Amino acid sequence: MNNKMNKVELLHKNYIHSLKVNKRWVRLYQLIILLLIFFSWEISSRMKWIDPLIFSSPSKVWNLLVAKIQDGSLAANLGVTLTETVAGFLIATVLGVIIAAVLWWSPLLSKILDPYLVIFNAMPKVALGPVIIVAMGPGYTSIIANGVIICVIITAIVVYTSFKEVDPNYIKVLQAFGATRYQCFKEAILPASFPTIISTLKVNVGLSWVGVIVGEFLVSTKGLGYMIIYGFQVFNFTLVFLSLLVIAVLATIMYQLVDLLEKKLIKE
Amino acid sequence: MSFLQVQNIHHTYFTKASATTALSNISLTVEKGEFVSLLGPSGCGKTTMLSIISSLLEPTEGTVLLEGQPVSSSKNKIGYMLQQDYLFPWKTIEENILLGLKLSKQLNQKTKTHALDLLKQMGLNNGVEKQLPKQLSGGMRQRVALVRTLATEPKLLMLDEPFSALDYQTKLKLEDLLSDTIKAFGKTAILVTHDIGEAIAMSDRIFLLTSRPGTIYKTFEIPDSLRRLSPFDARNHEAYPAVFQMIWKELESFEQQNE
Repeated sequence: MNNKMNKVELLHKNYIHSLKVNKRWVRLYQLIILLLIFFSWEISSRMKWIDPLIFSSPSKVWNLLVAKIQDGSLAANLGVTLTETVAGFLIATVLGVIIAAVLWWSPLLSKILDPYLVIFNAMPKVALGPVIIVAMGPGYTSIIANGVIICVIITAIVVYTSFKEVDPNYIKVLQAFGATRYQCFKEAILPASFPTIISTLKVNVGLSWVGVIVGEFLVSTKGLGYMIIYGFQVFNFTLVFLSLLVIAVLATIMYQLVDLLEKKLIKE
Repeated sequence: MSFLQVQNIHHTYFTKASATTALSNISLTVEKGEFVSLLGPSGCGKTTMLSIISSLLEPTEGTVLLEGQPVSSSKNKIGYMLQQDYLFPWKTIEENILLGLKLSKQLNQKTKTHALDLLKQMGLNNGVEKQLPKQLSGGMRQRVALVRTLATEPKLLMLDEPFSALDYQTKLKLEDLLSDTIKAFGKTAILVTHDIGEAIAMSDRIFLLTSRPGTIYKTFEIPDSLRRLSPFDARNHEAYPAVFQMIWKELESFEQQNE
């Protein structure tokens, strides 16, 4: 008996070990791919296989990064864009959930607004950028609005759908206790939809970056989008690539934070 | 005057394509402390009937009076138990059982203690109240659902096939527990089921319903010898098979009439 137990334990240990080994290999290959990309980029740029003026090179980008960190201009631009994106992302999510709640509250209103939501959802929101800038003036507000407008409708539609799909028997339980519509929303509809709301947050991380960067292309004098457009205008593609890499890193961090939040909030 | 009076209920569901009459001309009365069953095939409008009695649904025609008052004005006097437990998965057991009290603003130290005592009486202790529903077995969850229903002290209990999602052994045990509890608290109960045996074992009276539209086909009085026993013992009593056969034959006969 004891012998058997030991054997099971041993097998379990082996299994855990094999999982770890597997994970290490995956990480190793991921690292190799990353190094390969940067290495071949650097080599082909130096050997002039690609035009170094257009495609720059990792070493140039790195030097520029160091210089920009030292003169503080990267931190300033990054701070502006990050603030705009986070603000756009949070406002869009909250606003989207509020719209979804209103639509759930009034079935009549949701029927009336349905075609408008479809049109608004189908249309490319970035195309509204110029209108927003003219209407709200060039500045942070219109850039944040650009980030908001790109995520808000899809958030509202997805969250509203999840509100409608909550098992009606939960509502029945509450109504049998004499619950009001507000109590039904608070006790069943909203908490049951938390997983959906979190997953729209994940989508919104990507979308709000699009809105904000496009907004900065159009109007701003600061920010990562501005750095890209400025680099493009003066033909400094090292600056463009630096901005792209910084955006990639920041967007990933934001996504991971939302992922962490999801794990914290949804224990079930 | 009877405790519950259901008078000439008609109910029709409307859709774009059709108007389906679910219930037609249903009248029945239930006395205080009585346990009655609505027995019938699926689609005979049993659940519609319960929803109407508990005023979750407005009937097309007819009235339901509880102690002489229309049911729509008697909030929280009726407890409703569903086929599955429908415990809220994000709430702890304690939050789940106190939900009814919280919604009707009756939550205080006294009612809270009462609810937690009920939980103990159902054999759920050892810190179960701090756990989440998914940590409990199906039978335990249905017992929690029963506590949640009883916590607001309803006068009338509606049981919509409350055991149908459980395995047979758990179902038999819960039948006994529910029957004991209802007798101990002197509650009136209406059970909806398609299980003839369950209806006989638990009730004082059985209303046999036909389907499409649902009407009361026949009423059966369960003999005293069976009523006095717990559901489990009733199933093993010598009088049980005869009652079963009688109801079975009636079910067969109206099915033949339909064909």
